[in-house]
Amino acid sequence: MKADRIYRRRKRNNIIALALGCVAMLTGLFFLFAILFTLIKNGFPALKFSTFTENTPPPGSEGGLLNAIAGSAMMTLMGTLIGTPIGILAGTYLSEYGSGSWLASIIRFVNGVLLSAPSVVIGFFAYSMIVVTSGHFSGWAGTIALAAILVPVVVSSTENMLRLVPNNLREAAAALGAPQWKITVLVTLRAAKAGILTGMLLGVARISGESAPLLFTALNNQFWNVDLSKAMPNLPVTIFQFAMSPYDSWKQLAWAGALIITSAVLILNIIARLLLRRKVAVN
Amino acid sequence: MISRVLEVQNPKIHVRDLNFYYGQAHAVKSVSLGLPEKKVTAIIGASGCGKSTLLRTFNRMYDLYPKQRVEGEVVMNGMNLLDPKQDPNKVRAKVGMVFQKPTPFPMSIFDNVAFGVKLYQDLTQAALMDRVQWALEKAALWKEVKHKLKQSGSSLSGGQQQRLCIARAIAVRPEVLLLDEPTSALDPISTAHIEELINELKGDYTVVIVTHNMQQAARIADYTAFMHLGELIEFNETSKIFTNPAQPLTEQYITGHFG
Repeated sequence: MKADRIYRRRKRNNIIALALGCVAMLTGLFFLFAILFTLIKNGFPALKFSTFTENTPPPGSEGGLLNAIAGSAMMTLMGTLIGTPIGILAGTYLSEYGSGSWLASIIRFVNGVLLSAPSVVIGFFAYSMIVVTSGHFSGWAGTIALAAILVPVVVSSTENMLRLVPNNLREAAAALGAPQWKITVLVTLRAAKAGILTGMLLGVARISGESAPLLFTALNNQFWNVDLSKAMPNLPVTIFQFAMSPYDSWKQLAWAGALIITSAVLILNIIARLLLRRKVAVN
Repeated sequence: MISRVLEVQNPKIHVRDLNFYYGQAHAVKSVSLGLPEKKVTAIIGASGCGKSTLLRTFNRMYDLYPKQRVEGEVVMNGMNLLDPKQDPNKVRAKVGMVFQKPTPFPMSIFDNVAFGVKLYQDLTQAALMDRVQWALEKAALWKEVKHKLKQSGSSLSGGQQQRLCIARAIAVRPEVLLLDEPTSALDPISTAHIEELINELKGDYTVVIVTHNMQQAARIADYTAFMHLGELIEFNETSKIFTNPAQPLTEQYITGHFG
């Protein structure tokens, strides 16, 4: 009798918990799809061939986003080239060399703080370090800000992926007489390669859509520019400016730009997922 | 009382009063024994008796972990391997090891076997190829993999992976081969393969094998050491240990009364 009551209570609790979980999930999915739907509804018609071939137009006239796309791509690429090696090296130190040391604990803690720091703060850091000292806005300042956002993402994903490598593998390499650095480079990092690459791609996806750190570093630029020492055109800030403008042609371009960025981030995320899945399948 | 530890003439490895600590835990207590050259010596005992710990001192695996500490001597070729002045990586090049779980590196079969060779020898590509083939033949794996040397080592079956690990260890041409429960993760057929292999290897190497499986020790070992709670209880020829043990504890263990 009593067992029956306990059983019924457990079942009831299960249903309540499941229902609450489903409501939470549906709420999240609703907003996600609402955003995607609005984005596609407004962005897709605004997407034209000229969007990819012409530069940003002066107020009230027609044009494209070519300079903004190129500027964003350049800063994202340079930020990745600067941030990834630092992130991978630091993550490797945390997992392979520093485990248990006080220095590693401090780095791990600070990295966690950086990971959740608002990107506008990082932008302000780059502003005060580079823009103020050099006296002008520049693509480099934007690049450094993006790299600073990328680094903690790569550090933590590299460390986590290296920790997933079984210790057996390190011992087996050590048992052949391999010094620590060869174990790390030839065996451990190689075993975690797919995971580290995934972490890097997720980091790239993160920085490619950031606007706050570019607002007062790279600023923006109406014209074609691939010189990183000058103010750089870029998609996120262009979207921000154009969307707030009263001109219809600019608003259209803002929608198109938003769709382009979102698609790029989505594609990067999908590639990262596929890489990680393949890695899990191999293991 | 009958001497419980057999005196071996000219042992390959001479363990003298070895004590091992994991932090505060005293895992190996005053063990002394001589391991005969070019023979198979099995170390048996219940889980946690210190047999793997003892084995791992012979190639200084404990050096990887700061909290592990050893006292005593392990003498090979007149040198104390535990001496901090000895480069542990050079010790490991002479004393190879194969682990419980197969551990193929994330690289091709060829590169797996060549890995250790390349660390210490500068061979031409042809000589390296010869060495890899020699090691794979020794490990009885050559016939199965000769057409797919470029394939990933993890594409092999568990038993093949373990033979790959043995090939990788002997490719370095060590003098001693340590096997830490090398068949406990394998099926009976793969186990039989590995046991045959160990039998053949003892012509060239001093083999020390830790095993949970007493039948395995009886089948392949020339000498057997029995450990209990960190102490070496008895060491003798395998036939004597299994037919006429000197210590009551040994007798209880091999007849299955504990462990």
